Amino acid sequence: MSAETKKKLERPIYLDYQATTPTDPRVVQAMLPYFTEKFGNPHSRNHFYGWEAEEAVEKGREQVAALIGADPKEVIFTSGATESNNLAIKGVAYFNKARKDHVVTVATEHKCVLDSCRHLEQEGFRVTYLPVKANGLVDLDQLREAVTDKTAVVSVMAVNNEIGVIQPLAEIGAICREKGAFFHTDAAQAAGKIPLDVNAMNIDLMSISGHKLYGPKGIGALYVRRRPRVRLTALINGGGQERGMRSGTLPTPLCVGIGEACAIAAEEMGAEAERLRGLRDRLLDGVTGRLAEVYVNGDMEHRIPGNLNISFAYVEGEGLMMGIKDLAVSSGSACTSASLEPSYVLRALGVDVELAHTSLRLGLGRFTTVEEIDYAVDHIVEAVTRLREMSPLWEMVQEGIDIKSIEWAGH
Amino acid sequence: MAYSDKVIDHYENPRNVGTFEKGDQDVGTGLVGAPACGDVMKLQIKVSAEGVIEDAKFKTFGCGSAIASSSLVTEWVKGKTLEEAAAIKNTEIAQHLALPPVKIHCSVLAEDAIKAAVADYRKKKNSEAAE
Repeated sequence: MSAETKKKLERPIYLDYQATTPTDPRVVQAMLPYFTEKFGNPHSRNHFYGWEAEEAVEKGREQVAALIGADPKEVIFTSGATESNNLAIKGVAYFNKARKDHVVTVATEHKCVLDSCRHLEQEGFRVTYLPVKANGLVDLDQLREAVTDKTAVVSVMAVNNEIGVIQPLAEIGAICREKGAFFHTDAAQAAGKIPLDVNAMNIDLMSISGHKLYGPKGIGALYVRRRPRVRLTALINGGGQERGMRSGTLPTPLCVGIGEACAIAAEEMGAEAERLRGLRDRLLDGVTGRLAEVYVNGDMEHRIPGNLNISFAYVEGEGLMMGIKDLAVSSGSACTSASLEPSYVLRALGVDVELAHTSLRLGLGRFTTVEEIDYAVDHIVEAVTRLREMSPLWEMVQEGIDIKSIEWAGH
Repeated sequence: MAYSDKVIDHYENPRNVGTFEKGDQDVGTGLVGAPACGDVMKLQIKVSAEGVIEDAKFKTFGCGSAIASSSLVTEWVKGKTLEEAAAIKNTEIAQHLALPPVKIHCSVLAEDAIKAAVADYRKKKNSEAAE
């Protein structure tokens, strides 16, 4: 075992890259001067400190724009993807209120998209929540039917945060363009992971998060198309920064950080995806080769390579997470949330509630090693085997009893 | 969420995992919870002719707190009469394991499992007496 892996083993192995990513050391290096000597306010127009900071911010903006094939003028900085999603959906809906009152989104979107839509509903807008197919992908015919001349914006995420599936962006973009609705995509999990081109895909608004692509936390970006122009109502008012769409002093080090992170991702995306695919397959093969009744949730083909979402039948997810405490992963089981409801994303796929309770999300990323994957496989197989020996459901299945035939008393 | 040391101990070293022959006349089986809710407990008691619980076994599908709650009650019911066992309250289980509020239902399920096992045993005895 390498010294680096050994050092990392003193802490649990991090397999939760969809939750957040560590800031790449190269990104940190680029950011550091802007905390101390280059600390100017980028909006100070009349002295050197301001110019220096502004130049850095604009370079960051160019780097973000380059990753998605946009013009730098079309990129505004926000505090993160949650703010970008709020601004895109609510901002466009409010601005177009006089003519349009409808929003289309998908049942498996991130909570901040769904909650923004709920908020609009309370204010009198109509929202269509499209279902997804069993593989997690949206049905394009259903989407086409849902979009009308009253639809202001269609919001479909690029990559799902729980199951990693990639929605057909170009196809959705074409439908929206044809129907005259703006297309917003939450690309928090996609930017820097898969190639994105706002023009080829007819994307009008795109949300990006810094900390999901090895940049710092606390910053995101929103792409807002200029031709044809997308106009939106600002949610944060003030000094009119970011072309009036998002007031507030820009955090120079964070803008530098997200820019550098985008530049690195643009450079390394192809090779990184290839490497992660190898690790992902090694993990999946390792687990399925040694355990029966293991099910992958979500499409395997239209999926980022850094995500696996697996149900280990008859072993409850939180109980399993406790058994693999040397791994930092996340579960779709009810018990990890305060609501006691299993993952709404898995439910939307039509995954049985029982199986949803047994799911783990394994997220691989830039700093995941082969050794870590091999360790994870052993650890998971061992824990699942032990817990199945303790599971009354596993016992029943071994005895040939159909669990669905039993009348369970819900509690 | 951080687990209490007692929960971790029962999770890592569960007591009395296993199964008795369900059909045996001196065995009572309680199966409570539902897979759809994320918790299923199977608790079995082996009862002497004098009505004292001599042995207990469990299997649980659930989170660490559910496993710990059922493991704990297998220890607690041993040596108790059926009445004493059925009188175990979920609050005692929750308190002993220092369960947080969101995990109280695990202790409720464990209490239900004891009651169900006792009821199953009594049902067997009654039908035996009726024959």
